[in-house]
Amino acid sequence: MSVSEDPCLGVGAYALHALPPGEEAAFENHLASCTACRREADEVTQAAAWLGALEVRKPSADLRRGVLERIATVRQERAVASRRHRRQQRGLAWALAASVAAAAALGGVAWWQHSEADTAREQVADVRGGTDALADVLTAADATISTSRMPHGATASVIASRAQSRTAFVASGLPPLTGDRVYELWYGYEGRYRPAGLLSSAGGSQAQVLEGRLGEATAVCVTVEPAGGSPQPTTGLLAIIPVPA
Amino acid sequence: MRRGNDADVESDAPARRTRSSDDARVDELLIRAADGDEQAFVGVYDALAPPVMGLAYRVLRNEAQAEEVTQDVMVEVWRTAARFRAERGPARAWVLTLAHRRAVDRVRSVAAGRARELRTATLEHERPFDAVAEEVEVREDYRVVFRCLSELAGHLRLPLVLAYYEGLTYTEVADSLATPVGTIKSRMRQGLQRLRECLEGGS
Repeated sequence: MSVSEDPCLGVGAYALHALPPGEEAAFENHLASCTACRREADEVTQAAAWLGALEVRKPSADLRRGVLERIATVRQERAVASRRHRRQQRGLAWALAASVAAAAALGGVAWWQHSEADTAREQVADVRGGTDALADVLTAADATISTSRMPHGATASVIASRAQSRTAFVASGLPPLTGDRVYELWYGYEGRYRPAGLLSSAGGSQAQVLEGRLGEATAVCVTVEPAGGSPQPTTGLLAIIPVPA
Repeated sequence: MRRGNDADVESDAPARRTRSSDDARVDELLIRAADGDEQAFVGVYDALAPPVMGLAYRVLRNEAQAEEVTQDVMVEVWRTAARFRAERGPARAWVLTLAHRRAVDRVRSVAAGRARELRTATLEHERPFDAVAEEVEVREDYRVVFRCLSELAGHLRLPLVLAYYEGLTYTEVADSLATPVGTIKSRMRQGLQRLRECLEGGS
């Protein structure tokens, strides 16, 4: 690739799923920070999808039955059965998280809209099975908060307790990812990275307690990885949020 | 400031003049399915499983493998329905994009079959397009797509067809057409943009 190559040049190949895996991941990383490319990617992906709509082939009745049986047991990414209950139960912990992050990290700017907090809270409840752990980190006596700007106006905050060796991640305005990609969090220490959990590719506002222990880590980092995550970062770091010693 | 960011994200959405009349109905069903409505998902399945299966079969050319991909894709649609964003395009496009990626990944995972496909594609690269021509269902929406694809100049159409239906990467397309990789990337982009313009303007 020449230095002067248009970074959006691969958008057609991307929409056709014709970039080799490494280049595809790199391109998605670029998409996360390039509004113009992302708009074009949506456009040409839809055009490409029409190529897939030309043919119709009826799957067997067995297949239909099989799929409909399976969905009864497959848990959806955002289960909603007990959403109202969880909302009441966890509301306090989340309100705390939101106000702490907003006030401390952004100098009191009221950036956390109510509906976004709702969405994030549901995601936290779904992914972590509750926000009690989040509240624990936030209320720790030695909790520190660090905030970094991410590409495309997203904001990421890390709330860390060295005493508990636990860390919470709160982000807002994350661009949604296309394809089978997810955001992955990492503990960083002297150029080495330990996986710290995945965020939904849906983007938006998200909050969760990181997996594993903070330990000696000096930063929390974010990358875009293939679905299921990677043992080591395979793409460039989207954000590096330092954690005070 | 959060509002400002959201407005930016929404302005990312492309024009939706290519949304068909049936799309709105399926979009609504998928949104209900995302809330756990299994009955709505049955509607999504009945509307989209046949094109998913058609596409999977086109790419894999094997009934059993196409059925497996279709099953995986439809269960995945149920599981991840909350990721669907109607403002970024119709559910049909979202599901078919997922199906295409799965089918192509499957083709690529079979290394021996891959080499065979590459040879076939190199030798008769017009064939897949003609085969589509014979089998295409004569719905008005599809007729427009088909006309637009036919009207693309061959040097723009071939890279699209080889990549989309044969599952070739752009470097493989470049090899099989003996054309520089940068040129192929550029033609894929240009070809899809032309296709889009035709779809939006010509129907």
